[in-house]
This record gives sequence, C-alpha cells and structure tokens, in this order.
Amino acid sequence: METVMAFVVGGLYAAAVYMMLRRSIVKLVIGLVLLGNAANLLIFTAGGLTRGAPPLIAEGALLPDGAVADPLTQALILTAIVIGFGVLAFAVVLIHRAYEVVQAVNMDKMKDTDT
Amino acid sequence: MSLAVILPILIPLSAGALSLALWRSHLAQRLLGVFGTGALLLAALWLLQRVWLDGIQVMYMGNWPAPFGIVLVADLLGAIMVLLAAITAFAVALYSLATLGAEHERFGYYPLLHMLLAGVCGAFLTGDIFNLYVWFEVMLVASFALLILGGERAQMEGAIKYVTLNLISSALFLSAIGLLYGLTGTLNMADLALKLQDTGEAEGLVTTIGLMFMIAFGIKAAAFPLFFWLPASYHTPPVAVSALFAGLLTKVGVYALFRVFTLIFTQDTAFTHELLLWLAAFTMLSGVLGAAAQFEFRRILSFHIVSQIGYMLLGLALYTPLALVGGVFYLMHHIIVKANLFLISGLVYRLRGSFQLKELGGLYRERPGLALLFLIPALSLAGLPPLSGFFAKFILVRAGLEAERYGVVAVALLVSLLTLYSMVKIWNEVFWKAAPEQGAAAVAPTNNALLYAPAIVLAALTVAIGIGAEPVYRLAEQAAAQLLDPQAYIAAVLGEAS
Amino acid sequence: MKVRHSRILRTAGDMLLPLLLLFSLFLLLRGHDLPGGGFIAGLVASAALALYIFSRDMRSARQVLGTDPRSLLGVGLIIAILSGVPGLLAGDAFLTSEWYTVPLPGGREFTLGTPIIFDIGVYLVVIGAVMTIVLSLAEAEERPWKR
Repeated sequence: METVMAFVVGGLYAAAVYMMLRRSIVKLVIGLVLLGNAANLLIFTAGGLTRGAPPLIAEGALLPDGAVADPLTQALILTAIVIGFGVLAFAVVLIHRAYEVVQAVNMDKMKDTDT
Repeated sequence: MSLAVILPILIPLSAGALSLALWRSHLAQRLLGVFGTGALLLAALWLLQRVWLDGIQVMYMGNWPAPFGIVLVADLLGAIMVLLAAITAFAVALYSLATLGAEHERFGYYPLLHMLLAGVCGAFLTGDIFNLYVWFEVMLVASFALLILGGERAQMEGAIKYVTLNLISSALFLSAIGLLYGLTGTLNMADLALKLQDTGEAEGLVTTIGLMFMIAFGIKAAAFPLFFWLPASYHTPPVAVSALFAGLLTKVGVYALFRVFTLIFTQDTAFTHELLLWLAAFTMLSGVLGAAAQFEFRRILSFHIVSQIGYMLLGLALYTPLALVGGVFYLMHHIIVKANLFLISGLVYRLRGSFQLKELGGLYRERPGLALLFLIPALSLAGLPPLSGFFAKFILVRAGLEAERYGVVAVALLVSLLTLYSMVKIWNEVFWKAAPEQGAAAVAPTNNALLYAPAIVLAALTVAIGIGAEPVYRLAEQAAAQLLDPQAYIAAVLGEAS
Repeated sequence: MKVRHSRILRTAGDMLLPLLLLFSLFLLLRGHDLPGGGFIAGLVASAALALYIFSRDMRSARQVLGTDPRSLLGVGLIIAILSGVPGLLAGDAFLTSEWYTVPLPGGREFTLGTPIIFDIGVYLVVIGAVMTIVLSLAEAEERPWKR
C-alpha cells in the first residue's frame, strides 16, 4: 500500500510542478492546491498506514483496544488542510483582483516589478 | 513554567482580536496599535531579563508534558529576536500612526499588524516543529494581506510572486515535517534532537530531510538562489509595511535556520554547513550586485536585505563559537538598521513624492537633519566604525579568518565595499546632487514629530549598539553558547517533565 | 445580484437555516468527549449561512449574522484566548483545562470546564473567518475592484 501511495504522492507533486510552470495564474493556483494536497498525503503516508480502528478509547479504559490509527498525523493534516484552505481563499481573491487590475491571466504580462 | 514566555504571543494575539472586534472604530484600532506594540516591547524586555537571569524558560501548553504536548521555549536567541521584533513593531506602529490614512485602516491594517507579530513571536518561541509551521503560516497569511493593502497594480504583481514562492516553501516545509515525523515519531524539537543524535543507518535520509528544511527556510529567508520574490515585492506596499517586512519576515527564516541547524541537523556538518557556506557567499554577492543595478530607493534596499542575509548565514555556516556570536550580533544590528532605512525612504518620499533616484536630489541643503539620519544606518549597513555594522562584520570576518576560510572572507569584504558603493549612490542622488528641474510633487511635507521619532530612536539604537558593543557582544556570546549546547536545551525542555 | 433565485432553493434555504444552526449548536455542545466540537460546528453553521447567501442575497445573510463577520472573528478569538486564562490563574500553563463541578438539585452534579469556552470561541472564529472569505469573494463578484 505504501508503494501505491508513494506513486500517488509523486504524481501529485509532478502535476503540481507542471501546473505551476504554466503561464496562466489560474493554473498556478491549481498547482499550489495540488502541492498542498501532495504534502498532506505525504504526511499521511509517512506517518504509517494502519488498518486499525479509529483512535477512540472505550469508556472507562485508559488505552485503546488493539491497533489504532495514529491520531497525530490526522491532526497534523487537518491543521494543514485548514491553513491551506485559508491561504487558497486568499490566493483566489488575489488572482481575481490581479486579473481585474492587469486585465490578463498570462503571467508574462506581470513583469513590471521584476526589473 | 513562566508567564513571561507566553506574553509575547498573547499580547499581539489579544490586541489583534480586540481590534478585529472593534472593526469600525479607527481610533480604538490606532490606540491598540500603539499600546499593543508598546506592551509587547515591555513583555519582550521582561522575557529577555528572565532568560538572562534564570536560563531557558519553558512552558508546557495546556499542561501536556513534553514531548507530547506543544511547548514554548525561550532561549536567549529566541528572547533577543522577540525583543527586536517588538522594537521594530513599536517603531512601525508609531510611524504608521502618522502616515497611514483611513483607506488603509479600512482594510484592516492594525489587526493584520498584530496577527503578523503574533506569528513572528510564536515562531521565535515555539519548541515544536509543526507549531513552527503553524506560526509561519499565521505570519504569512497576515503578510499576504498586508502586502496588497491599497491594491495598486505593482502590489498585485509583487504579491503573486511572493505568495507563490512562499507557498512552495511552506509545502516543502510541511513535507519535510511529515518525513521527519515518519522517521522519528516526534515533533518536539528537543526530542527530535535527542532522537537524531544517533541516526545509525538513516543518516543519509536525515541529511536529506535537513536539506529540505534548508531549502524551505532558505526561500523564506530569501537566500540564494530563490530570493527573487523579495526584490519583486518589498518595494510595492506602503512604507510602514515594507519597513516591518524588511525588519522581520526574512529574519524569521534565518532564525529557523539557526534553530534547526544548531539543534536538530548537526549530524553531517561537513556537508550541510559547507553547503550553507556556499549559499551564504552567493547570497551576499547576488544581493549586492542586484542592488548596484537598481535606481529605485526601496528596490536598492530590498536587494541589500538579500545580501545581508548572506552574512547571517555565514555566521551559521562557519559553525564556530565566534561565528555564531557574529551571526547573532548581525541579526541584532541588521533588523534595526534595515527597518530604519525603509522608514527613511518613506520620509524622503513624503518630501519629494518619488522613490526614483533620478527624480530626487537636493535634500542635504533642505534637510541636513534628515541627511544625517540617513547616514547613520547607511554607514552602519556598510560596516563603518564605530557603528553597529562594523562590529557585526568584524566578528564575522575574524571568525572566518580563524576558521581559515579566506575565500568567503574575501567575498564578505568585497560585498561590504559594494554596499558602501550603493549607500554612497543613494547619498549622492538623493541628498547631495542638485534637485532636478521638474521633480514629482511632495506628498505631505509635514513636520510631524511622530514621523521622525521612530527613525531617530532606531538610529540612536544603531549608535548605541556600536558604542556599547561590549555588553551586546556578551549577550550574543551567551546566545551563541546556548546554541552550541543542545544538551542544555534538551534538558530544559524534557528534563523537567520526566 | 441579477441572478434570479429559484423558488425551491429559497424555500428550502429558509427552512434549512434554523435547522442547520440548531444542529451546529448541538454539535458544539456535544464536543470534547464525543465527536463534535467548535470547529465542525462552526463549519456547519457557516455552510448554512453560505446556503442562505445562495438562496437569498448577501444583505439578508448579513442581517442574519447581525454584525460584521470580522467582528465575530475578533470576539471569538478573544473568547478562545480567555478560555486559557483560568489555567494561568490556577498556576498551571496557559490553556490548561480547568474543571469545575456545579451541584445540581437532586444530588446530581454537572461538570463544567474551560474547553467549552474554547470551543465557543473556535465556533465564532470559524463562522467569522468563513463568512469573511465568502462575503469578500461574493462582493468581488458583485462590485469589481476599483481601477
């Protein structure tokens, strides 16, 4: 299973880089989304894939019963997803405004601040 | 357990929350801006005093013992950085009181300022690597919104580059954290350091993860080769914002590099720190050469941020006690000087209505005081005695000579000379040469004391660091000693819990 | 908005809004020991409000909210920060959960703790943040950026 996940993560990274290298700012944002998802999936895989139960502890017990999934990676991913959501919302507003100001989606038209 | 550790995060967070809640009242937001950053300054001083007297301060959030919960750790480097952030923030808050109008406040300048500070201070004080990521993002989101405050075309274009490269860096940082967690099963930095002391077969993997951190933090610190976002964006927002960014944001990246490469990734210093040394040399050179080709006040300064980052990395890369002292000293000197230079560029803009060197001139005759005010940080940046920059560079050069790294020392000295050239260029064009026939109109040539006070105070601090270099040196020496002794850090975090 | 609103969507939106808000409160109070909590409760509430924006318009959504979403964000953040203070006052670390038992008539006890205050804060922060984002996106759609 880890091998499959590794290919999925690698594919996501590759797709993200490909999208970010395009000229359109919309595709740039899509690339950033994919990049964030690739990182999340990487954490999920690196944290260890278990076919365990959800990490819930029965009432009265101190330890979970049997093998459970690692709740920490899930917490990390949840945090990262929430942050990614906020940043993405900002990026969408940004490209929308940039489009209205520059009147183009082509990033080659946005070189005024480079030289 | 100490209250002093949490206050530098709590104060800006509360001030930000309050100014969000009082969204409609501009007066309340301004007052919160000044008093919030003022309180932060006091809290930072208290924290530094506690750390200086009692050693590393630790707080276990929610009383969860380390390494399971999130810890806040303040060692001397962290406390110094918090203090510098507070000084910059206070100066900028005063300056923005005089310069920013309702059109910026309506888009939430003050809440964003506080959130940015909470993120910066949180990053300096956290002892948990994932928490570091969270504070980085808090800081970044606030900085994104600050960067496009006003909505000019150049700001949008700069922001797209800034946002993209910083998000790539964040994704890389996150991936590295995931791999590190998969390898060690912990996120607490002290625990990581402990577990990675003996890596065994996984040494190559650990070094690779270390390099991922180096790239991620390197982008945030605007180190060679991925520094292009900085000069493309820092000259676009209002001056108060660029002064804050110039003083603080890249330095958070530098701080993270210092933390991670003295505490966690010290397995293969022959490789990692050698690489850092090359990065430092190229960063210094490319920044200063970029600046030489520029004729816009704030763009020149932006490129100089890049070149100065190289000096700080040099201190880390040489990795000797003296070099680390130099790195910490450089951080202290640089944050104050850089923020001040940006504030002064804003003062010039208010008098002349332009940042283009061609359209400026004649200011020495008109405002000799302002010219003097510019000369202090400018010469300090170039490293002339007896100003703060001289001692910072002197320590680094000395450390480089002791480590027998003559090549990089030569680069550092050459870059210093070129910095002087850049500063003299600004001096000639802005202050010395006659004013051009038809310059742009002045924006608001007021003599408000609030405009000049922050720049004067920061310049006084620059002189004070230069003249009182001895106590500052001792502070930096202690901070460097703590950095070189990870065991003390580990014991402070994990020892009390067990 | 010039878009004509579907009558079905509007009727459903009117009926779903109170239901979903009630459900979000249920999730909020159920949290901490059982699945639920401030975060998902806030998401449910903001989803309900977003649905209301689609079915009606932004002005009526703002009226339901009663205040600027950014103020809501600030208030929620203040509440969340305050929930950490009892821990400090008790001499523990910031954000330590402090539990207090309230005796109820009939010999039963009711346990109250600081996590619920934190959850309420998070609830408001999530609603405030999501609504800020949604409203500014919707407004960008309606009123093009100047210049």
